[in-house]
Amino acid sequence: MPGNADEIKIIGYYIGKVINILGIIQTIPLITSLIYREWNISIVFLISMSITLLVGSLLIISCGFAKRKKIGWSHGMIIASFSWFLGMILCAVPYYLSGSYGSFLDSCFDVMSGFTTTGLVLIQDLDHVSNGVNMWRHMLTYLGGQGMIVLALTFLVKGTSGSYRMYVGEAKDEQLLPNVVSTSKAIWYISGSYLVVGTIVLWITGFFIGMPVDRSFLHALWVFMAAWSTGGFAPQTQNILYYHSLSYEVITMILFIIGSFNFALHYAVWNKNRREITRNIEIQSMSITATALTIVAIAGLIKFNVYPNFIASFRKGFYLLISGHTTTGFMTIYAKQFFNEWGNVALFAVIIAMLIGGSACSTAGGFKGLRMGIIFKGFFREIKRIILPDSIIQIDKFHHIGDIVLEDRHLRSAMLIVLAYIATFMIGTFGGISFGYPLTSAAFEAASATGNVGLSIGITQPQMPNTLKIIYIFIMWAARLEFMSVLALVTYLFFGMRKKWSR
Amino acid sequence: MVAIKTFFITIFTGILIASSGSAMQVTSTELVDNAKEYDKKEVIYSGEVIGDIMKRDEYAWINVSDGDNAIGIWLPYEETKKIEFTGQYRYKGDIVKIIGIFNRACPEHGGDLDIHAKSIEVIENGYEIKRNINFYGLLIGIILFIVAMTLTLIIYRKKL
Repeated sequence: MPGNADEIKIIGYYIGKVINILGIIQTIPLITSLIYREWNISIVFLISMSITLLVGSLLIISCGFAKRKKIGWSHGMIIASFSWFLGMILCAVPYYLSGSYGSFLDSCFDVMSGFTTTGLVLIQDLDHVSNGVNMWRHMLTYLGGQGMIVLALTFLVKGTSGSYRMYVGEAKDEQLLPNVVSTSKAIWYISGSYLVVGTIVLWITGFFIGMPVDRSFLHALWVFMAAWSTGGFAPQTQNILYYHSLSYEVITMILFIIGSFNFALHYAVWNKNRREITRNIEIQSMSITATALTIVAIAGLIKFNVYPNFIASFRKGFYLLISGHTTTGFMTIYAKQFFNEWGNVALFAVIIAMLIGGSACSTAGGFKGLRMGIIFKGFFREIKRIILPDSIIQIDKFHHIGDIVLEDRHLRSAMLIVLAYIATFMIGTFGGISFGYPLTSAAFEAASATGNVGLSIGITQPQMPNTLKIIYIFIMWAARLEFMSVLALVTYLFFGMRKKWSR
Repeated sequence: MVAIKTFFITIFTGILIASSGSAMQVTSTELVDNAKEYDKKEVIYSGEVIGDIMKRDEYAWINVSDGDNAIGIWLPYEETKKIEFTGQYRYKGDIVKIIGIFNRACPEHGGDLDIHAKSIEVIENGYEIKRNINFYGLLIGIILFIVAMTLTLIIYRKKL
């Protein structure tokens, strides 16, 4: 397969479609900057939008004949992973030209952090960043949460037989409707509806906590996008601490918890199947792990007298643990306070929560609740097998939208992905240690990048080594796409090169 | 009687000077890194007011950044009327000097790291940031836009 010109054109054609979508949506930050008379920022977006459309259009025109060709599994995977990579480079152009970043690598880092809904940032002087750039930052995380391919399937790629393969390449395998294009539209319908409601609620809250009407609206829109996408970006350096408001914290928490749910669950609930909330294995699994880890974190905070009373321990401990568990990364403390004050027990609980993550086929990252539930059930099935006589045939089931018989293949696939996450986490931790960071800090930041969380212990900053920035970019990208499509791309490039060299 | 009055005024002024003298000038990094050391102590903190003045009944929150971190300042709302500019894209905010009690984990505000201000003084006025329009960039943007639109038109015509 590698090196075949026809296949390269199939991949190029669909990547061009995705890239063009990224160009079109840059009109939103362009209009925002025009409204707020940020003239130079609007010029930046005019340039970057044109470059993105130019690249996308050239790919489509040069590979145009591939329009009606069949997309194979490997094509779908490579289209998804390479779209994210090329998208990162092109979407970093406005960041870099805006002057808010120290280098183009830093700009790429923040784009990948946004796409993957991680939330780690290298932006400088965030408190003076323009509304246009802030709009772009939060749009990227909102878009990344639903999926770039999902967006392309909704608007530009119609009736393609291989759509499902591209969709799976973006680590989404739930089909809400028989047709994958309809599924993509349903995902956007759900997210768009929550966008309207969530923004209004945060807007009103922002106004009542003392913000002016226009700024409270923009903050509401951006914070919603970051919360729903479990992204963790915020328009101010202090993140959610900026607002000094319990009501803002409670509302954002509700939004990021809902945002971390599986789109299939959302769809079931929208279709009046409310019982699914209590029966779903992911919700059950997340409820158990979140409760257990919250108890551990708060106990750790109380043990080390971190906060003056139980209420403060609960407010900080619960918010940050759930922020980590849902892989959001909103913060109500300063990054260094984790390391200086929290103690190892609470930090350990947050690291585990970040690795477990949210739901499959959602905006969240991490191992995912579905896999944790399956592994948990599989573990007990094995224990029962040992205890019960051989003559008894047991059938275990788990509930995820429907009742599913637990088979070895479910367990194998769940274990494989979890092992891949653990290996990636270890690579990230080793990367941090090798640059001289303490083990706890290195593990915390690696867990945050691997789980696409965004909580930081202070390692991620513009002064960090470039190699570590590249390692984190790769980790965020591979973990968000759940490894398979990135591995497919690496394999494709490797064999393509080898074939070329052997000629 | 006048002598007694003068005596008490002198003593009171002396106490005030002594108390403000005991306050330490600190940076945000020092406060975050050594929060336990400064906890419940009077500090002097200076920086730019950024974002919004958020009124809460008789009090208000402002956030003051010294370039490394922004720290939340809790102060009477009346005091915020001294502030003219807050830092945003278009404005450089007023630089203020805060004297107040630092809380590593404020019991009154849900464990937030903050400063309860006793006094605030504007030591440098903010201003609107003037930026010249990048006409060279605009020209490049227009040319690129025309080329991109031409290609998009080709795609539309050829139904690719």
